[in-house]
Amino acid sequence: MDKLDQLVQQATAEFAAAADGVQLEQAKARFLGKTGVLTEQLKSLGKLAPEERRAAGAEINRAKDAIEAALEARRTALREAVLLAQLAAEALDVTLPGRGTSVGGLHPVSRTLERIEQLFRSIGFVVADGPEIETDWHNFTALNTPENHPARSMHDTFYLEGNDEVLLRTHTSPVQVRAMLDHAARHAGREQMPELRIIAPGRVYRVDSDATHSPMFHQVEGLWVGENVSFADLKGVIADFLRKFFETEDLQVRFRPSFFPFTEPSAEIDVAFMSGALKGRWLEIAGCGMVHPNVLRFGGIDPERYTGFAFGMGPDRLTMLRYGVNDLRLFFEGDLRFLSQFR
Amino acid sequence: MQFSEQWLRSLVNPPLDSEALGHLMTMAGLEVEESSPVAPPFTGVVVARIVEAEKHPNADKLKLCKVDAGQGELLQIVCGAPNAAVGMKVPCAIVGAKLPGFEIKAAKLRGVESFGMLCSARELGLSEDHAGLMDLPADAPVGMSLREYLALDDTLFTIKLTPNRSDCLSLLGVGREVAALTGQPLSLPEVVAVQPTLDDRREIVLDAPEACPRYCGRIVRGVDAKAPTPDWMKQRLQRCGVRSISALVDVTNYVMLELGQPLHAFDDARLSGAVHVRYPREGEQVLLLNEQTVTPAADTLLIADEKRALALAGIMGGEDSGITLETTDMFLESAFFAPDAIAGRARSYGFVSDASHRFERGVDFELAASAIERATQLILEICGGAAGPVVEAVSKAHLPARKPVRLRPARARRLLGIDPDNAAIAKLLNGVHLGVRHEGEDLLVVPPSFRFDIEIEEDLIEEIARLYGYDNIPALPPQGGLAMLDRSESGRSAWDVRHQLAGRDYQEVVNYAFVDEAWERDFCSNDTPIRLANPIASQMSVMRSSLIPGLADNLVANRKRQLSRVRVFEIGRCFERKADGEPVAGFHQPVRVAGLAAGSALPEQWGAPTRNVDFYDVKGDVEALFAPRTLKFEPVSDPALHPGRAAAVLLDGRRIGVVGELHPVWVQRYDLGTAPVVFELDLDAALRADLPAYAEISRQPAVTRDLALVVEEALPVARVIEVLNESAPAIVKGVELFDVYHGKGIDPGKKSLAFRVLMQDTQRTLEDAEVDAAVTAIVHHAETVLGARLRG
Repeated sequence: MDKLDQLVQQATAEFAAAADGVQLEQAKARFLGKTGVLTEQLKSLGKLAPEERRAAGAEINRAKDAIEAALEARRTALREAVLLAQLAAEALDVTLPGRGTSVGGLHPVSRTLERIEQLFRSIGFVVADGPEIETDWHNFTALNTPENHPARSMHDTFYLEGNDEVLLRTHTSPVQVRAMLDHAARHAGREQMPELRIIAPGRVYRVDSDATHSPMFHQVEGLWVGENVSFADLKGVIADFLRKFFETEDLQVRFRPSFFPFTEPSAEIDVAFMSGALKGRWLEIAGCGMVHPNVLRFGGIDPERYTGFAFGMGPDRLTMLRYGVNDLRLFFEGDLRFLSQFR
Repeated sequence: MQFSEQWLRSLVNPPLDSEALGHLMTMAGLEVEESSPVAPPFTGVVVARIVEAEKHPNADKLKLCKVDAGQGELLQIVCGAPNAAVGMKVPCAIVGAKLPGFEIKAAKLRGVESFGMLCSARELGLSEDHAGLMDLPADAPVGMSLREYLALDDTLFTIKLTPNRSDCLSLLGVGREVAALTGQPLSLPEVVAVQPTLDDRREIVLDAPEACPRYCGRIVRGVDAKAPTPDWMKQRLQRCGVRSISALVDVTNYVMLELGQPLHAFDDARLSGAVHVRYPREGEQVLLLNEQTVTPAADTLLIADEKRALALAGIMGGEDSGITLETTDMFLESAFFAPDAIAGRARSYGFVSDASHRFERGVDFELAASAIERATQLILEICGGAAGPVVEAVSKAHLPARKPVRLRPARARRLLGIDPDNAAIAKLLNGVHLGVRHEGEDLLVVPPSFRFDIEIEEDLIEEIARLYGYDNIPALPPQGGLAMLDRSESGRSAWDVRHQLAGRDYQEVVNYAFVDEAWERDFCSNDTPIRLANPIASQMSVMRSSLIPGLADNLVANRKRQLSRVRVFEIGRCFERKADGEPVAGFHQPVRVAGLAAGSALPEQWGAPTRNVDFYDVKGDVEALFAPRTLKFEPVSDPALHPGRAAAVLLDGRRIGVVGELHPVWVQRYDLGTAPVVFELDLDAALRADLPAYAEISRQPAVTRDLALVVEEALPVARVIEVLNESAPAIVKGVELFDVYHGKGIDPGKKSLAFRVLMQDTQRTLEDAEVDAAVTAIVHHAETVLGARLRG
């Protein structure tokens, strides 16, 4: 039976030598085809004696199985080789940049304003809005700023030609007055007025222009009026906000006595970072105080029953501190090299 | 206000260092803006006299000096200063002295030993003067430490006072505050009434007692106006930032700084008759000390004599009635002018003065008499002379009332969130000279004559907060009902719009709301813009009625910075005239969102061909902003836009804005390069969103048919689609344009539009016959209505 073993070896060798499917099928025909070597062997079984025929047949079938197994193995190998070749040919340079458009971004001060809104919304403040061409009454009179107050002079306030009654609002505080009047009217006649909690972000205008002043800038006004709102609450809200805004407990917050016509007592809010480039320096962030009783009255709210606090902060300044921007004017120049850094 | 720490400490001297004293004042509402030492630290510098000064044997420009520095023996010092001369008193740094930046050692200079250094003011950090040695007065005591002699261990405080604290516009006022906060005694220089030695007096008439209820005047004769101001006074004035002018002027300034009472000195020889405090007469003019001639307005109070107006009361004296160096007889004024009579007046003439600054905020109305005595005392000491009696005119009824203010301590505790008891509150108020009387649970508080900011209960609550210490008020997490906020789903915020535009590659900008008038004229055809009365620059003089010019300007600026691909947007207010505008009558102030795209459609990249952004790119951005709601676009004429490439944007039949290519005329005039495509829309429209509503999804197979129609080139596609939909049976679910073709096979002046028609029924499978019938119906209608031809 050496001859059959040799045949298997020979077939395996020829299959291995086949470089592709066609050659492999030709080799298969030589062994397993109708006139193939093994087929001839099977045909020759008839010449053997019946008692030999069984054993010889079994041997031949074993050889046939072995040859078929070798064939299948080679087929698989060739298929895999073809696939590998295809994959290799299809390979891309995955380091080439992706196709399509890029993305833009929000203005850095918008990022700050959105954050401020989110933080204050989380404790129940809603956003209020007001006009930028504002009446003198809302901007000054209703905010307890008397006729001859220096803030009303032409030096600080932009007025419109031919109309003394209106001006470009110098702060977002007139939104306080509008919100109070609206709130008081909506809840007039009720046993108890619900609390009023608003923030009002927006653009304001003052006659001033240098590296730290722009004739147009942003402010965020905050107002909370209720039956038991105290200065301690004001301190709590502002300190909480500043720590959340700057995402650090590493921050000192200081309330310093000050004066504004529309709040009393009034305070300036200073912060000092305990690390970083500005470490240890007190930086003025906002003005605030308890709403002056005259302002509550102008807003249609009884100051005997309700108290409130208000604050006005400079989001431009907060943005500068947060991102390390050193010139306010950059915010208003539309320079894409600057703005695109905040995407 | 700037002042010297040492002067303050001569009145009240708390056991605090300079920094702690500064912090104390800041936290009491007297914000220390700046504190700087008078001199940098140095040691070993003494007053010395140059005894000999000879030429250096080996150097032409150096001198060899022998100096008496009070060391027992003369010091040999080599000196290069050109003004070194025998007899001169100079600062001398002896061996071992530490000066700013270096230490003095015995040294050999050009072969000669030198034991110390004679100093210029700059070498000591006292000024920038480096012309020569600092020349000290002849009576400076040799050997005395220079720091001691010039009182250099002093700090200059600059405090920024809020307008309500006029009482602190003097050393007395600040001292009173520091004394109250620290419990230290306040010691004032004793003011003794000067006994008159003359009978000469000038009558005073209060013609407007409501504006000037108190006026004290006094004649002093025989003064030496040329007498030198004593060094101590010069130094205190200088450290308060006040220049020494002449002894008489210096005294008035000194008393104002010390006590807070502005004074004025007239040359008595230039006055005639009684002094009047009155309002101006028609046509009257005053030549002021600052050489400005003003015609005072009717509400500006004057000081006048019987012949003419002399001065603007409480603001500034007159040039031809004031004292000069030749004055021998003077008339001294110390008055109280009501804040309302002074406020804003000086500014209306274009200046402010130390006097007007104080009077408009409020000067102690009981101070006039003692201030005039203090000034007389100093004048007699320095300039000699003889004083007449003080003539005081007063209208008590017109002096400011000091009515008791009722304080309910419970309200103070509630408003501040603190709990000091009534006695503790009374003690705090008493400390700052507020008179407190208990009335049941309430306190009745009478403010002193120097406080003009205590009129209502809140004024007292503020005072309590300040004295209790803002730092000592707790910071409480606020308490409130936990009601959820409204969050409507059929609306979105401006933030969503911003993020969406940013996602489509636009960068947000913030532009000024006041713009160049030319922009309004060109881009908006607006010849009557809303003008500012007081713009800061001509290119910022009118309110914008559109955001587009600002964006075009951003393009110009960025092109100059070599950026050619610019995609920017802004959300902001525009301003238009509108008689019944809300909420401010006369103005419509809508918030708009606008964008501009210029340069290549995509960022330059390897995988896509480069082409410039066009109308349809930006239209797509606008459509995306409103999706899934559908917008309509129709041709529009807009002064900013290319007439053939601009569309009005309509939502639910209402015009909400425009989109289009910028007009080529402006592209050229403003140097914009290639034409940018812009849009501007009402923000409100973009904030509405529909709540999604479910419609049943068909299980039946859909059938599509493509058809190409040839129509006139000028026919808008929107019209074709409208017509196709008109005639479509119910099974047609959508007609989509998928190709526009010109060229071979299509006649010039025509275009071929390819549509895909989607048909489906929710209940059954469509049969070929009804599909064909539907298409035929559509095509037939298009042929009839539009003259369209089905393309073979």
